[in-house]
Amino acid sequence: MTALRRILAVLRKEIWQLRRDRLTFGMVVMIPLIQLLLFGFAINTNLRHIPAVLVDHSQSGLSRALVQMVEATQVVTFTERTVDVDEAERLIAGAKVRAAFIIPEDLYQRAVTSPATGFATPPSTDDVTARPVAQWIVDGSDTVVAGAIRSLRAMPLAELFRKPANRSVPTFEVAFYYNPEQRTVVNIVPGLVGIILTMTMIMFTSAAIVRETERGNTEMLITTPIRPIELMVGKIIPYMVIGFIQVGIILGLGKLVFNVPMQGTLADLFVVTLLFILASLSLGLVISTVAKSQLQAMQMTVFFLLPSILLSGFMFPYEGMPVAAQRIADVLPATHFMVAIRGVVLRDAGLAELSGHLWFLAGFAILGLIVAALRFRKRLD
Amino acid sequence: MSGLAVEASGLTRAFGEKRAVDALDLAVPAGTIFGFLGPNGCGKTTTMRLLTGLLRPSAGAARVLGHALPAEAEALKREIGYMTQTFSLYRDLTVAENLRFTADIHGMNAARRRRRIDDVLARFDLEDLTRQMAGSMSGGQRQRLALAAAVLHEPGLLFLDEPTSAVDPETRRDFWETLFDLSAAGVTIIVSTHFMDEAERCQQIAILDQGRKRADGAPDALMAGLPAQVVQVEGGDLRAAKRAMQGRPSVISVAQIGTRLRVLVDRSENDPVALVREAVTAGAEAHVVRPNLEDVFVVATRHAPGEDAAA
Repeated sequence: MTALRRILAVLRKEIWQLRRDRLTFGMVVMIPLIQLLLFGFAINTNLRHIPAVLVDHSQSGLSRALVQMVEATQVVTFTERTVDVDEAERLIAGAKVRAAFIIPEDLYQRAVTSPATGFATPPSTDDVTARPVAQWIVDGSDTVVAGAIRSLRAMPLAELFRKPANRSVPTFEVAFYYNPEQRTVVNIVPGLVGIILTMTMIMFTSAAIVRETERGNTEMLITTPIRPIELMVGKIIPYMVIGFIQVGIILGLGKLVFNVPMQGTLADLFVVTLLFILASLSLGLVISTVAKSQLQAMQMTVFFLLPSILLSGFMFPYEGMPVAAQRIADVLPATHFMVAIRGVVLRDAGLAELSGHLWFLAGFAILGLIVAALRFRKRLD
Repeated sequence: MSGLAVEASGLTRAFGEKRAVDALDLAVPAGTIFGFLGPNGCGKTTTMRLLTGLLRPSAGAARVLGHALPAEAEALKREIGYMTQTFSLYRDLTVAENLRFTADIHGMNAARRRRRIDDVLARFDLEDLTRQMAGSMSGGQRQRLALAAAVLHEPGLLFLDEPTSAVDPETRRDFWETLFDLSAAGVTIIVSTHFMDEAERCQQIAILDQGRKRADGAPDALMAGLPAQVVQVEGGDLRAAKRAMQGRPSVISVAQIGTRLRVLVDRSENDPVALVREAVTAGAEAHVVRPNLEDVFVVATRHAPGEDAAA
C-alpha cells in the first residue's frame, strides 16, 4: 500500500500548491465562464443583416417594393445608397459593405417576363426573353457571406405584384432533428466543452513535470523511492476534478443562459468526459516530459490546441474536410470527443453507439500515461 | 557493509568531450564524515550524482551501501538521504507540508511519520516554523529544513552537496554540530565543500580538481605529509617580494593573506627561509610555519595545467 500512499502524497501536494495559486484557481472557473458567454453569443453561422449598398437605377415604385421585399428576408440591410456602380464597388473594396444590389432601369420589363413573378408558365432556362430582374455584386472572399446572399438568387417575387405567394409544394421535406430552430449555440456549447478541456487540461499538466524541474524539485524527487507512474497518477487526479468542474460550468450555464438541452443521461456524460479528460491530461504529461521549460510546454500545448479547434469539428464539419485533414483530425482526442459529447448532450446517443470514439479516447489516455511514465527517468542523464 | 560505505574504482563521467569526473577511486569507511574539497566545476556535484544513482557512469564501477550502481540505484534510494546544492523542496509549501510530503513519499506509516517529524522539528529547531512557507525562510532555516527532510527516513548514508555555501559562519558552525551528532549516531556523511575550514572538520577528505582526485586522507595526515615547507613573511614591501619570488623553480606558490605573505617552497630546498629572505626587502620577517589545508590544496592542484596539456 506504499504505492497508494505515495500517490496520495503527490495528490495532496498538488492540491496544497493549487490552493495557493490563486490565479490558476481563478482561471479554472473564469476560463469556461467567460469563453462560454463569449462564444455562445458571438459565434453564429446563420448570417443576418449583412451590410449592403443599394444602386437603384430604376427609381420606381416597383424598385422600392423590391427593396422592401429583399430587406424583409433579413439577409441584408442596405446601409448605403448610391446611383454609381463604381462607387458601389469602391464601398465593397473598402469593406464598408459586403454586397451591392443593382436594380436596372428596365426593372419593370424584366420583372413581368421573370418566372419569379409567376405571370407566365416557367420558361426553360435558355429562353432569352427571361432575364434576371436585378444583380448582386458580392464580396465572395468570405464563402459564408457569399452563401448567404446566394440563397437570395431564386427568391420568389410573386408578392411584387400583390399576387399571393406561390404555395408550391417543396421538392423535399426537410426535418431538422435535435436543433429544430437551427440555433448555432446548441452545437457550440457542447463543442466548447471539448475546446476548453483541451486547453486547460493539456496546459495544466504540460507544465506539471517541467515546473518541478525548473524549480529544482525533480532532483529531490528522483532520489526518493517514488515510481514515475505514481507521480503521474498523483498529478493527474486533481486536474480530473477540475475538468469536471469546468464541464459542469459549461453545460449548466449552457442550459441556463442558452437553453441548450441535455438529452443524454448524466452517467453517459460522466463516462464520455472522464475518458476525454484522461486523454487530455496524459497528453499534457507527455508534453511535460518532452519540454525543457514551461515556455516550451506552452508552445506545444498551442500546437495541439489550434488543430483541436479548427479540425475537430468544433468550428467546421468534419465531413467537409479533405481526407488528409480528416486523418490528422482522427488522431486528436478532441475530434472523437466532439462526436461523443454532442451525441450524448444533443442526441441522447448511448455509449454503445459511441463505442468506437470512446475506445479511442481510453486507448489514448492509457498510451499517454505509459509513455509519460517511461519518459520520466529517475536519472539526470 | 560494515567496512566501506562507498567503494568506487575508475569512476568516470563524461559530458560530451569534457570529463566531469575522471577515473575516480574512492573508499569511504562507514560511519565517517567524508569531504570532497575542490573549486566550483571540479566534479563534486557530478560525483555526488554518480554515487546517488542520478547519473550513470561512462566508465568504472561503484558500490554504495553494498548496492552495485547503476543497476541497483532504486534499492539504494531507499537507504540514502540527499541534500541538493540548491534548495529542492517546495517553496510554496510550508515546513510541515514539506516534511509530510517527504514522509509519505518514503512510505512511512502514520505513527512513524508523526514520531519522525516531531523528532526532526525538535532537533533542527524548526518547531516554531511549521506553518512558515519554505520560500519565505532565511538561508539558514531553509538549510535546516533541507537537512531535516534528508534525514527524515533515517538513512544510513547522507549526501550533502555544498550544504553551507549560502549561510553565515555561525549557522555553518551550528550545522556542523548537527552533522557530528548524526555521525555519532552511526550515519555515514559525504559532504562537498569549497571551504577549507569546513573540509578540516571532515575525518577524511578527497581533493578534487578538474574531475580528478589529487589527494586524499585525513586532513591532519595530509597537512603533515605536505611535500612543501611554508614560509611566512611579514613587513616590508610584500607586493615587490611576491613579484621577486614568483617564477623561482623551488617556489610553488606565493599568496598574500592580509599583511602576510605565505610562500610554499618545495621540500627539496634545504633552507627555505634563506631562499625567501633573498627576495624580500629590508624590514621583513620570514619564518617557517605549520602548513594548513589550503597549502595542501594548492600543492595538490598545482600540476593541473601541465597535465591538462599533456592529455
